[in-house]
Parts: sequence; structure tokens; C-alpha cells
Amino acid sequence: MNAAGRSTGDAYGHALISIAASDERIVALEGGDAAWSSPFSESYPERCFNAGGAEQNLILTAAGLALGGDNVFVSSYAAFLTGKGYDQIRTAVAIPSLPVRIAGLGAGLTAGEEGACHQTLEDIALMRVFPGMTVLVPADYTAAFALLKNVAGVQKPVYIRLGAAATPDVYEEGDEAFFPGGGRVLREGTGVTLCCCGIMVHEALRAADVLARQNISAEVIDCYSVSPLPVQAILDSVHRTGCCVTAEEHFASGGLGEAVASLTGANYPVPVKMVAVFDKFGQSGSPPELKEYYGLTASQIVSAAMQAWIMRRR
Amino acid sequence: MLREPSFLAEKASEIRRDVVRMIGLARSGRLASSLSIVDILAWLYWDVLSVDPADPWFESRDRFVLSKGRGAPALYATLANRKFFERDELWSYRRLGAMLQGYPQALRIPGVDAPGGGSFGMGLGIANGLAIALRRGRSPCRVFCLAGEEELQEGAFWEAVIAASRFCLDSICLVIDRYRTKEEAGIPSASDEAFCEKIRSFGWTAEACDGHDFSSLGGALRLLGQGAGRPKCLLARTRLGKGVSFLEGDSSGESEVLDRERVDKALRELEKEEDPL
Repeated sequence: MNAAGRSTGDAYGHALISIAASDERIVALEGGDAAWSSPFSESYPERCFNAGGAEQNLILTAAGLALGGDNVFVSSYAAFLTGKGYDQIRTAVAIPSLPVRIAGLGAGLTAGEEGACHQTLEDIALMRVFPGMTVLVPADYTAAFALLKNVAGVQKPVYIRLGAAATPDVYEEGDEAFFPGGGRVLREGTGVTLCCCGIMVHEALRAADVLARQNISAEVIDCYSVSPLPVQAILDSVHRTGCCVTAEEHFASGGLGEAVASLTGANYPVPVKMVAVFDKFGQSGSPPELKEYYGLTASQIVSAAMQAWIMRRR
Repeated sequence: MLREPSFLAEKASEIRRDVVRMIGLARSGRLASSLSIVDILAWLYWDVLSVDPADPWFESRDRFVLSKGRGAPALYATLANRKFFERDELWSYRRLGAMLQGYPQALRIPGVDAPGGGSFGMGLGIANGLAIALRRGRSPCRVFCLAGEEELQEGAFWEAVIAASRFCLDSICLVIDRYRTKEEAGIPSASDEAFCEKIRSFGWTAEACDGHDFSSLGGALRLLGQGAGRPKCLLARTRLGKGVSFLEGDSSGESEVLDRERVDKALRELEKEEDPL
């Protein structure tokens, strides 16, 4: 664990501040209560707008700002931004393909004690189905920081999923090689492909260590770009390994797992086992307890990998 | 540049006839909802908005956001008449591959600044964003938004009403197409004055006017001009199907598609209407 204990959500304000000086069209719209206001709002109060918890209007205003030529980031609680704002994202952002970067804060199960209402396990699914929508799920602060910086120039809608719980560092500070459509092969292997995103990247790396001791060499791919997927990296890998496990802090329905299964199914069918939340809403609890309870752990990845490996395509 | 009322009336009549023709040809589209806003659009596009058909995207143009997407045919016919694009485009309205889709697509049609509805209650929020962006760019231009009364049932509409006031967006002018009769209204309040009071209570200025009378529209806008720092709302009383007697005021026939015979009948009526002026 890193000492700083930073979450991907912490990167939001920091990344905006780092690009705002060189691009005066960067503006941020913030929703929700004061707890979600970013340091950007302190550094650039005249370029930050908060209209309270009205997520529908938040998205519409973001669309208007984009139409007016501003470089817009809009953030609020992921559950409400993608839930309440869904029709607005669809009609005013996705269909006209406007360059609005939507940051879902406090996303995933690890929203923690707030419970099921706040824990969004379907946001990836909701955003991934839109044609032309980029969906990004960074693993740590560094990846989130770089992605936020790099999407500022993307002239298309982007959804970036950010968590509130501190995550262990996966990447070296200052690493900036993260782009829509990209993925990172964090460990090379020939026995099983582990496709993961978000907080599950660290778990997958731990799982790979355990699998190595059992003589299964796991290839770990951080699929931080869930849409578009890092297609070539995934297909190259399953050609070598013949089996795949996916891991994500999301419902099994509609997330990274189904995206990978549909990619491999159409191109090079291999068994795909999913580590995800199956058919259950979240509940109150501390982030570590919730991860354990819902099986979002390295040991679940290990057992899924064993099953996939036995069924592997030879 | 103020035009003679007779000039605007003639433009409105031409636009109405094109609206009937294009919906008749497409055999799809909302005729009554389109006819109710034609006079407002003619007034805006010839009397109020600073726009340039020869340079549709010039930066300091006034922006127009059609929230009432159902009225898209009226906007299309207005833009064509104002020479933003070839009138022939009207005849492929709602066809596969056409520029003029069921609801306006932002920045793909010369003169269309924002996505045009389809889903209720979205225009004002978008107009707010445009107004903030333009103010940030120190642009003096205004943002007009035309919403249908039916959209006032949407929560997002009221979120945007609050936000416009909170951000002091005095470049915003919201025009509401108020076509319901007092008996039908119910939401949010029956009388025009009560409605204006409601909007004012959110920090706006608001005036009611006759949406088919150019001098009434102009007069109300001038009155609103005095409320600096506040967003403006024009509550424009209209009639559904205005100009075609067998459609007028009848909300039940809203989505009805006219057969050939009724299209001809409507056109004959609109042609007759032109003469006395």
C-alpha cells in the first residue's frame, strides 16, 4: 500500500489544475454537495460552476458549454450523474457527439458505508452502450491523472470512472502513457490472460504472483480503456494463453467482462471467467469488507484462473 | 432592424405553407405543434436575432436553442426561408440520410446551434451552458430558447430555471409556447399572470404576450430588457395549429398525419389568408 493513500478521485482536481493554466477554455461543472468539490474550484473559482445536486441540468449545461467552445469537465457522484443524467447524456452529449468529459466520482462498490443507493455497479454498462462514448476506468492515481490530462484534447464524449477509496499505486508517478483505446500489459505470461480495470488491477497482479507459484504464468492486462477496448493486446494475449479471466468492480452484466467475452467470442473463442458482482446490489460496509464480501479479491481471481486454465483452448 | 408587421406576416404565411407541405410529404411530424410557433420564429429570425445566413457560424451571432423539438419543421422551414440552406432540403425531411432529421442535430444544419429536443425539457439547460461559455468569452450575444408548455412538466426544466438565475444569466431569453387553454392547463398554473409570478419568484423577469402578434412579442421583449442581471422569460400565448382552421386549438389531433386531401385543404386556407394583408 502506498503511504499517501490516494484515490483515483483525488486525481480529478489535480489534473484539471495542471492543464488549466495552458488552456483557458478548461472549465469544470461540479454537482453534488461540497464534499465533492475539487481543489480546482479553489484554484480557479471563476472557471468552476456548481449548481448543486441537479445532475440533469449539470449535464445539459456541460453540453451547452461545449457548444459554446469551452473545454468541459463535469463531475458528480457517479451513481447520480449516470443515473439521473442518463437521458441528458444520451440526448445532449452522446447523440450529438459533443466533447464533454464526464467524471463519475465515488464510483463502484467502494463508495462504502453509504450503501446500495450510492454504490454504482452499472455505470460502465450504461456508458459503454453509447456509440462513440469513450469509457475509462483507471487503476490508480497516476493513471487517473494522466487519463484526465490526455482526454482534454479528445473531441468526443468521455466517461471516466473515479473511486473514492484509496488505491495502492500500480504505476510510477509521472507515467503518462494512457490513452483512449489503450491497455497496459503489466506482466507477460503464457498460461492465462487476466483482463482487469480499476481497483482490480492491483488484485490481478497479486493473483498473478500466486498463480506463478503454481506454475501458471499469468499475463496481466490493465484494460483501463473499457471502450474502445485495447483489442490487439487482448487478442494477442489469448492467442498465446488460450483462456481468460476478467476482473472488475462492477456488475458482471454489461461491464469489462462482457466486452472481453464478446470480443474473443467473435474473433478467437476462449473460455472467459468473470470476477465481478453477480446479480446483487451493494450494501453498507467498509471498502475492504465489501471487496471481500462480494468476492472482488486476488483469491477469487486465482480460482477463476484455475478453472479457465483447465478449460483452456489448446 | 424592425420589419413591417405585414412583411413578417407574409414570411410566417410562407413558412406555414412549407411546414404543411413538408409534413404532408414526409407523412410524419407534428403539424399543430409546428404551426403554433411559426409567428414566434418569424419574429425572432427577421426582427430579433443577430444571425447571418451567409456565415452561419460567425462567433458573435445570437444563439437559438429549440427546446420544443416537436416544432422542428417550423424551424427548418424558417431557416430555409431565411436562406440558411436550400429550400429543397425541406422535401426530404425525416427521410433516411436527410440533413433534416426528425429533431434538429446540432452543428450539422447551418443555423442550428444546439440539439433540438426530442426528449422534453432539455433546451434551457443547454442554453444556460451556452450563455456561460459566451459570457466567459466576453461575447455580448444573447441566447434565445423556445420551449413548449408541455416541457414544464419536466424536473430538468426547473433545475435549469434555478441555475439560470443562480448564475445571473441575463443573456438568456426563454420563450414559452403557451398553447393550452385555461381549462386544459392545470400544470403548472392556469393563469398567465400566476405563471409569470412563479417564474419571477425564481429571480427572473417575465412578461406574457400574444405569440401571434409581432408587436405584442416585441413590446414584451422591450419591457424585459429593463431587468438587468436577470434571465428573461416571454410567455407567448399561442394556438395549436394556428392558421389552419380544422387544426386550430385541437390538441387531440396533434400527432395525426394529414392525408393528401387535408394537406390541400390546409394549403388552400393558408393561401387565402395571405391576401387581405
